[in-house]
Amino acid sequence: METLTVLTWIFDSLLAMGLLWLAWRCLTCPDLFNAIVLFVAFGLLMALAWVRLEALDVALAEAAIGAGLTGALLMAALAKLQSTKTNRDIAEKSEKNVTGVQLLQCVSIALLLLVAIGLGYAVLSLPAYAPGLSIEVSANLETSGVSNPVTAVLLNFRAYDTLLEMVVLLLALLGVWSLGGAIQQRETTPGPVLDTLSRVLVPVLILVTAYLLWVGAHAPGGAFQAGSVLGAAGVLLLLAGWRPRGAMMALPLRLILVAGLIVFLAIAIAIMMIERQLLEYWPAQAGVLILVLETAATISIGATLAALFLSRCPQVEEYK
Amino acid sequence: MTLSEIISSILLISGAVFFLAGTLGLLRFPDVYTRLHALTKADNVGLGLMVVGLALQSESLAGVGKLLLIWLLVMLAGASVAHLIAKGALHRGISLWKR
Repeated sequence: METLTVLTWIFDSLLAMGLLWLAWRCLTCPDLFNAIVLFVAFGLLMALAWVRLEALDVALAEAAIGAGLTGALLMAALAKLQSTKTNRDIAEKSEKNVTGVQLLQCVSIALLLLVAIGLGYAVLSLPAYAPGLSIEVSANLETSGVSNPVTAVLLNFRAYDTLLEMVVLLLALLGVWSLGGAIQQRETTPGPVLDTLSRVLVPVLILVTAYLLWVGAHAPGGAFQAGSVLGAAGVLLLLAGWRPRGAMMALPLRLILVAGLIVFLAIAIAIMMIERQLLEYWPAQAGVLILVLETAATISIGATLAALFLSRCPQVEEYK
Repeated sequence: MTLSEIISSILLISGAVFFLAGTLGLLRFPDVYTRLHALTKADNVGLGLMVVGLALQSESLAGVGKLLLIWLLVMLAGASVAHLIAKGALHRGISLWKR
């Protein structure tokens, strides 16, 4: 048993040092493509760190969103950057102003150090064992309608957090759309390999989405993890050259994007009308309500993430 | 230590050796195509050995099924992505390494 503790200690130290080293390399790497690859590697190690901390829900979300989808989004952004000439102009402008940039770097490093010192102090001044609200959560778990405490907190006790996260995601997409997409998306014909891969993987990904959504009630999983897997299926289809056509891009897509939010708000308002608090479910119906909410949220999250990857606001007129 | 535990340990360690060899190939081989060769072989066989080793320790058949599924999916993704990277490299005109 003794050697096992030493081994896990060595593993954890290597993991922590690897994370710091990858973060440093990612920030200082001059080549953007390499920086993205380092960022994805950082995300995967971060997911491993969450597993070591026994936070499997966070680990799943980190692996799917932090490493996977964010990596794909960054790659798409890089491809756009390289196809415009403006980045060369920006680089030339910044070269003229080297001292200003260096000053800015010094100031931001100083501020970051201050934040790090503050965080370190806060962590060290915590009591050795702080249960937080976990006792209250486990005491009320029976009334929440699910047996996974993370889902109970995210979809019942603090459901308004998830409600606001849905708003944030929608705002992010609106931000990307309003920045406009001057670049025409090329219709690409995929090679046979990518074509076959997408045909095999997309059904599997949809199945995994449903599994994660369902299993979230009693084990690690849930709407965000399931939604990111669904989003990954969308990204794979877009990469393989699939483009949704015509009428699909008009009202239906927009309805799917806001479906999660609409269902959330409808349930919240309905509950408030019947003299209860915002999103305070009845214990008997809580499980069903959570499943309905999570299903709508999963579909919206998946569609939003895929739309973020497409990045251009679909113009309805083009297809008429 | 039971027999299945010993076999499982041997399989896990030999899997790790394949991963080590693959990493060494990734770092030391001269061009993108040979590096891909090192990586995909190590991933398929190394992960396969690890999956069999872990399956011997698994408590349920469902766990074995999930492990096998992971192996199949990684092989599918690994082989396809290796092909795509090699095709992309050829398109960019990266020439083959010659001694």
